[in-house]
Amino acid sequence: MSDPRAQILGKIREIRGRGALSASNRHMLDTRLADHPRNVVPARADGPQAELIVQFMDYLGKAGATVLRVPKRSDVPAAVAEYLRDNNLPGRVRTTSDPEIDSLPWSDQEMLERTEGRAEKSDDVSVTSAVAGIAETGTLLLTSGKHTPTSLNFLPETHIVVLSAQTVVGSYEDAIDKVRKQGQLPRTLNFITGPSRTADVELTMEMGAHGPRQLHVILVDN
Amino acid sequence: MDATAKSFKDQAKDGLENATLQDALGKLGFGFPLLRQMAADGLPEFDALRDQGRDIKNHVLEHLDYYLERFEEQVTGHGGQVHWCPTDGDARDAILKICQEARAKTVTKGKSMVTEEIAINAHLEAHGIKAIETDLGEYIIQLRNEPPSHIVGPAIHLNKEQIAGTFRSHHKELDPDRSLEEVPALVREAREVLRQKYIDADVGITGANFLVAETGSSIIVTNEGNGDLSQSLPRIHIVVASIEKVVPTLEDACTFLRLLARSATGQEFSAYTTFSTGPKRPDDPDGPEQYHVILLDNGRSDLLGTEFQDVLRCIRCGACMNHCPVYTSVGGHAYGSVYPGPIGSVLTPALAGIDQSHHLPNASTFCGKCEEVCPMRIPLPKMMRYWRERAFDQGQDPVAARWALAFWATAARWPALYHFGANVMTRLLHFMGKREGHLVRLPFAGGWTRHRDFPTPERATFQSQWRKRL
Ligand code: SF4
Repeated sequence: MSDPRAQILGKIREIRGRGALSASNRHMLDTRLADHPRNVVPARADGPQAELIVQFMDYLGKAGATVLRVPKRSDVPAAVAEYLRDNNLPGRVRTTSDPEIDSLPWSDQEMLERTEGRAEKSDDVSVTSAVAGIAETGTLLLTSGKHTPTSLNFLPETHIVVLSAQTVVGSYEDAIDKVRKQGQLPRTLNFITGPSRTADVELTMEMGAHGPRQLHVILVDN
Repeated sequence: MDATAKSFKDQAKDGLENATLQDALGKLGFGFPLLRQMAADGLPEFDALRDQGRDIKNHVLEHLDYYLERFEEQVTGHGGQVHWCPTDGDARDAILKICQEARAKTVTKGKSMVTEEIAINAHLEAHGIKAIETDLGEYIIQLRNEPPSHIVGPAIHLNKEQIAGTFRSHHKELDPDRSLEEVPALVREAREVLRQKYIDADVGITGANFLVAETGSSIIVTNEGNGDLSQSLPRIHIVVASIEKVVPTLEDACTFLRLLARSATGQEFSAYTTFSTGPKRPDDPDGPEQYHVILLDNGRSDLLGTEFQDVLRCIRCGACMNHCPVYTSVGGHAYGSVYPGPIGSVLTPALAGIDQSHHLPNASTFCGKCEEVCPMRIPLPKMMRYWRERAFDQGQDPVAARWALAFWATAARWPALYHFGANVMTRLLHFMGKREGHLVRLPFAGGWTRHRDFPTPERATFQSQWRKRL
């Protein structure tokens, strides 16, 4: 019994008064994993798309993020530039390199300097895409991948997320389904609900503990 | 684990006399229950989720071997590695080995109770590796060399002046004339100081709120984002998790996630919930090259199949302590263990031995609030009662208490004797306190009269008055 794995598993089985599970029992559990059925999903995660979008924006706002709704994709670079100006931020952004972001008309914004790739310590602002917006709690789902480094979601002080309104779904499960459909699970799934915060000093809520102090979502209608 | 659980009474006294702590506990005991209630009321399905969460956890505990094996399979399939650790010592060894093989000099840590349980920081330090806590509360108490006083807010026992003092004495490289009066300045300073640490660290250690058997993912839930920086910037990510953290599927994880933030802080959802699966993929521009999961037993499997099994459902939300009249009076340090409050009163005796901690299950008024708010519906008071019985059977209670209980038990079994005794005592106390209307001193009850007067009883017992009326 010196193998620690056998030791732990053996002890559990001994307490349960059995060896490894019987074939039929195992089959039952395998099926549950393969089917991964949903449990109770709150009713508020269900509704017409237009309502879900409003609810998504509402919860996101309550979580301390700001949201701007723009009519079309080509409005995004100007909206980013304006946000930076309004908040006295330098005209420099680090972005993801996925088509969602890459294909935006950035060159219209001459004053905006854009580089792609993982975040560096000196980056003040990141602009990323997201896989989904989740109406249930105003949560964004971002995944890591070749074009979407995770560090962009955490290192810069300001994080701007560009999200197409049609990607807004009701529940966490809906968002996870989208990821499941894409094939292999990415290394990281980030569910983000508002900017970074802490209440560790005197239970006083303060934004920007380690992650972004500002989370700004640009929601594109189409 | 810390063995000062033995000194609960002295530590409780210190807590009661600490004005800063009392301030914080007042805020905590008022604010958190209110926020939790609002969050629970805002979700009509909250109780249904609690029932389902309880059932899923029970199902997992019944088939724990199966789910752990499936979890391991998936971690390995994604290029990660699982380290099975029966004891805390095994876990320390495994972590140290990974760090040494990587020639690590510094380690950044996300908030994790289980790494407190295995006391990994001191172990790494003893081998020349610096472990830096990055959760703001944990960072502060690490600088001060203090244990956490709450599982969600580890530094709630400190005020901002104390924290400013700590920063001044540790951040010597910064301008000594800087202003640190207000909370934002403190948060900003910690942010700046820790930023470079994440970047320099070779290894990031985090805990896990859940492990997912279906996918081999570990899940962390934070508000600060420190856990994410700790696991995405260094070359190696080590997850330390105890065996009962495993849940079957991503969908099951969603059920628990809906309960966790609402129960802990009253938030709809914490700012960051992160699922990590294996090391970075070959194409990924960032993320760790290695992914290790330390699977720790450390006494948990001993609880399976016993009257304490239900405590393994705990998701460490802290609601039981936020609502506990004892915790919110004496604070977390009184418990002298990593896990304070009602959950600690049940878990610590299991992990450290009841002989080390028999005061803890007694630190309860049995008001039942903890069980009422526990998202996992863990019958905490019942379990404290079990521990009391065990402590009594093992002769842990002081002799005087044992005598008193034996005396009481005898009297309670002989009604005539009981009535006689009660009558005598009532008359005696009535006579003693007749003039003042209360008693300021009582033999054998100094613990009561030191803090408050004892009201003088009526001349006769209720029962004898009642009989007269009939
Ligand atoms: S025992 Fe229940 S209330 Fe207490 S921390 Fe665990 S899950 Fe939360």
